[in-house]
Amino acid sequence: MAQQTVVMNQRSASSYRAGAFLGRFTVNAVLIVISLICLVPVLLVLSASFSTEAAISQFGYTLLPMRFSTAAYEYILAQPQRILNAYMVTSVVTVTGTICGLTVMALLAFSLSRQRFALRRPLSFYVFFTLLFNGGLIPFYLFVTQTLHLKDNALVLILPYLVSVWNVLLLRTSFQSLPEELLDAARIDGASEWRIFFQIAIPMSTPVLATVALFTMLSYWNDWWMSLLFINNKNLYSIQFLLYNIMQGLEAMNATPEIAARFKGELPTLTVRMAMAFFAIGPVAFAYLFLQKYFIRGITIGSLK
Amino acid sequence: MATSSGSVVRSAIPARSVPRQSFWLRLKLFLSKNGTYMLMALPGVALIFIFAYAPMPGIVIAFKDLKFNLGVWGSPWVGLNNFGYLVATPLTGRVLFNTLFMNALFIVTGTAGAIGVALLMNEVHGHFRSRVYQSAMFFPNFISVVVVSYFVFAFLSTDAGLVNNILKSSAMEPVQWYSSPEYWPVILVTVNLWKGVGVGSIIYLATIVSINPEFYEAARIDGANKLDQIRFITLPLLVPVITILTLLAIGRIFYADFGLFFIVTRDTPALYPTTDVIDTFVFRALRQLGDIGMAAAAGLAQSVIGFILVIISNMVVRKVDPEKSLF
Repeated sequence: MAQQTVVMNQRSASSYRAGAFLGRFTVNAVLIVISLICLVPVLLVLSASFSTEAAISQFGYTLLPMRFSTAAYEYILAQPQRILNAYMVTSVVTVTGTICGLTVMALLAFSLSRQRFALRRPLSFYVFFTLLFNGGLIPFYLFVTQTLHLKDNALVLILPYLVSVWNVLLLRTSFQSLPEELLDAARIDGASEWRIFFQIAIPMSTPVLATVALFTMLSYWNDWWMSLLFINNKNLYSIQFLLYNIMQGLEAMNATPEIAARFKGELPTLTVRMAMAFFAIGPVAFAYLFLQKYFIRGITIGSLK
Repeated sequence: MATSSGSVVRSAIPARSVPRQSFWLRLKLFLSKNGTYMLMALPGVALIFIFAYAPMPGIVIAFKDLKFNLGVWGSPWVGLNNFGYLVATPLTGRVLFNTLFMNALFIVTGTAGAIGVALLMNEVHGHFRSRVYQSAMFFPNFISVVVVSYFVFAFLSTDAGLVNNILKSSAMEPVQWYSSPEYWPVILVTVNLWKGVGVGSIIYLATIVSINPEFYEAARIDGANKLDQIRFITLPLLVPVITILTLLAIGRIFYADFGLFFIVTRDTPALYPTTDVIDTFVFRALRQLGDIGMAAAAGLAQSVIGFILVIISNMVVRKVDPEKSLF
């Protein structure tokens, strides 16, 4: 695909006249400012989480910590059960959801990409129609709670997101471009469709599969919506939902007496909030640093359809 | 094998006609050709059925007075009463206005911002630099809206927020952001831009890059400077893409970004005058055990109007450029 060239945009090295330097300088300056604006909030949160509580109440949130302290992290790690549990829930949901979702979506997309499949057109309509029309929130809520009885069940965090129609669309497009002669050759050699799927279609589509896997992981990691609708049990709080409850003041940062004693009356609350936020961004930011290629490719194919 | 289906094989006309196979035989043939694919599609098809199609009949509660003890099907029918309440509620006008107004703002600012960034990115000629800019500008897209609400809080919290610090240090009155609804359209537009401008620019950048460089060369020979070139070549050539994306966005104008309006505002009642949209209204009706029938009516109206709009916008898009339409 031409996406790489699209992204970097090397138009033919045409000569630029005098004054072009000023123009290029302005362009880069503006883009640097925009880029910084995109990253500044992370810095603000990080700085707040490494400040002393007193500095925050005195100076407010600042871009660099006025007085450096790791109290907020010590405080969180002194009673880590809650955040560990939330990490646990999110991780299990993310891993299970990504593996199952990828399998289900790839199989569905493969069948929809085969010309010889007689039900290809009606099934494609069946799948893509859901992009255009849905019953709305209330029927969905009532169905999940009253018919499926999935309230406060970890499955509700996984199942509804297993099939993302956009991702099926991406995968189907990728499978459609497999050379049919190759598949026919495999068929002549006696390969079943299953074997073709696992040994030809999957290996030949790894870039798209990697992208879809990454975006499925992200959508599970970042999800709070299903929890907001269906989860009351605190043991099933995901990291995002825990964070949401802390922000809403629904979840207090209680301290056991021993821990309160350790922090001598100066319980970090303003800073702890921000440290918690950092626990949620951390893994995504970390992954972003190393898997940037896939993130950017995913976004590019996604928006160019 | 030939069974009850009553197919009559006319032996009188022998060789030429293929004997009509029995239903079961044809089914067997069909399955032998398509069975594997059907099995492959099955899990996905089943999940879509459960979570997208099966709830749909529940739409009828828009025409019912829902009693939880009687269930969806046992509750009494009330005809169009729920829609009547919906029209009569003064909130409806506000919610409808906010949804359309904010989405319109998002469309206009989002398009302008994305085109602006694309034009700038087009002038960057170093691979490394453009990679760095894009990495930074895509990053917000991967952050959950819950974390975004923390960012916004760090900026706008009344006592400790960065914005109020700056206001105070320049001897201005701090603002109670979370109880001043009048500022929120601007705040939400900013957040929306921050989150989406990098990603939104891609499609425009792709279009700009594909413009024939000879156009620009000819313009340069005629003495056009960079801004002239943008104005008379780039922008006019972007018009089809802008049209299509705007049409598609208008098709979804009745759907609000729930996370933005619910999580980022921290669901603060004081902000409802400018931030309450259809989706948050429906959610509250469901959550605070308000009028579920009315909420379902609002949801149904949203789905139906949304559906019609999407269909219309797609028809128009297909007229403009058949390749870009969704279906």
